[in-house]
Amino acid sequence: MQRPDFSDAGSADPASAQAAPGRTVLSAGDISRALRRIAHEIVEHNKGADDLVLLGIPTRGEALAQRLVRLLAEIEEAQVPVGSLDVTMYRDDLRSQPTRAVGTTSIPDTGIDDKVVVLVDDVLFSGRTVRAALDALGDLGRPRAVRLAVLVDRGHRELPIRADHVGKNLPTARSERVRVRLDENDGVDEVRIVGGES
Amino acid sequence: MKHLLSAANLSRDDALQILDTAAQMHDVQRREVKKLPVLRGRTIVNLFFEDSTRTRSSFEIAGKWLSADVINVSAKGSSVSKGESLRDTAMTVAAMGVDGLVIRHHASGAPLQVTQWVDAMVVNAGDGTHEHPTQALLDAYTMQQRLGDLAGKRVAIVGDLTHSRVVRSNLILLRTLGADVTLVAPPTLMPSGIANWSAAEGFSYGYDFDEVLPDLDAVMMLRVQKERMSGGYFPTPREYTVGYGLTRDRLRALPDHAVICHPGPMNRGLEITADAADEARSLILDQVSAGVAVRMSVLYHLLGGAEA
Repeated sequence: MQRPDFSDAGSADPASAQAAPGRTVLSAGDISRALRRIAHEIVEHNKGADDLVLLGIPTRGEALAQRLVRLLAEIEEAQVPVGSLDVTMYRDDLRSQPTRAVGTTSIPDTGIDDKVVVLVDDVLFSGRTVRAALDALGDLGRPRAVRLAVLVDRGHRELPIRADHVGKNLPTARSERVRVRLDENDGVDEVRIVGGES
Repeated sequence: MKHLLSAANLSRDDALQILDTAAQMHDVQRREVKKLPVLRGRTIVNLFFEDSTRTRSSFEIAGKWLSADVINVSAKGSSVSKGESLRDTAMTVAAMGVDGLVIRHHASGAPLQVTQWVDAMVVNAGDGTHEHPTQALLDAYTMQQRLGDLAGKRVAIVGDLTHSRVVRSNLILLRTLGADVTLVAPPTLMPSGIANWSAAEGFSYGYDFDEVLPDLDAVMMLRVQKERMSGGYFPTPREYTVGYGLTRDRLRALPDHAVICHPGPMNRGLEITADAADEARSLILDQVSAGVAVRMSVLYHLLGGAEA
């Protein structure tokens, strides 16, 4: 049995983590500014923080969701419920890969019925993770609306899905990998592009 | 890992991963919609040559909640009662394009034998007096939920060891997870070759329940399997209870934090008193509820991904 990483972006690769190859596209400062802007956009679009629920997609989406909730508390002085949504068992490629480890799903006590759910992930790529997340949400309740916030949109969509809030649009080659590292998981805040032709 | 035939098939990492996943599956059980799309399009046959409502229905629910198509075949009323062999039954079922077989059989080793004949994934749901690995997993899961990491925890398994298939799987798995295990039974119900049990080195066994009682973190009482006993293994039920039952006095001697398990069905008043069975420290109903979650986890790990 293996424990593969299954981030859409292929963002964690322990073997190459130490070497930190590739080039940095977002620094710690860029990340924090992007998140602050996303938090403002969420409040503006929602006209306040009422009925909001933030759900992070493991693993790095969880950390980002937690950060956004702290920022929302600063901006609106509101405690927005936050949880995590594991989508492993809703993926459409389960049959083509070895069994994946299942992450945690924790939904705030308030539930998601009639709430505005904001899904939070680190990288938006093919869109298949988001599709799985929408399926998973369907089994958990019926939100009034679902929105999507991502730190990086790298393109190459395979499904008609787009993000409502994007930290940075990052044109990439398919052969490249976008690696998001966050303080909570990796001890450092940065986004790098690895591989490709260069 | 293609099949789950014995607790010995599981490395420590495998076992921990199955238990972790079981915890997530347990959350699904508390949802309004208890359904995951993981095994959509897969077919599982529960092939039960022995009666077992509890295990069979929990495998059935587990498969259905993972969106598999589940069919139950019991020996009674099927071609088995017309004299068909295990091999023919298994091959007939497999020829229908089944992805997984869950097998309960009165002969030790039957599920292993079936893996030689068919391509489908096989789970041992109890074979003779040999093993019952998913029961061991759910016991470990239940204990772990209450006691935390089982490494270094002291567990006694008490009672009819000779006729139990639970004991062997439990012993192997608990040792894999790092628990200290003591087996306790009257001499007549102690398996004759126990000194040679090599599958799980580092366990101890004895005949005195009261001696081990005060040091335990968990005690697992086994059912006295009257239906499997042909001779007199103990003079009277009363005498068995005095020597090996979890009585009110023993309950007092058990540390407060220690938990009580029983794989069921219980003989109340024989191996366990009603007091002990209904105590707050008793995890017997938790074990039943964990059964579905653990079996979901096992089916997910065996059938959820591509074949390795």
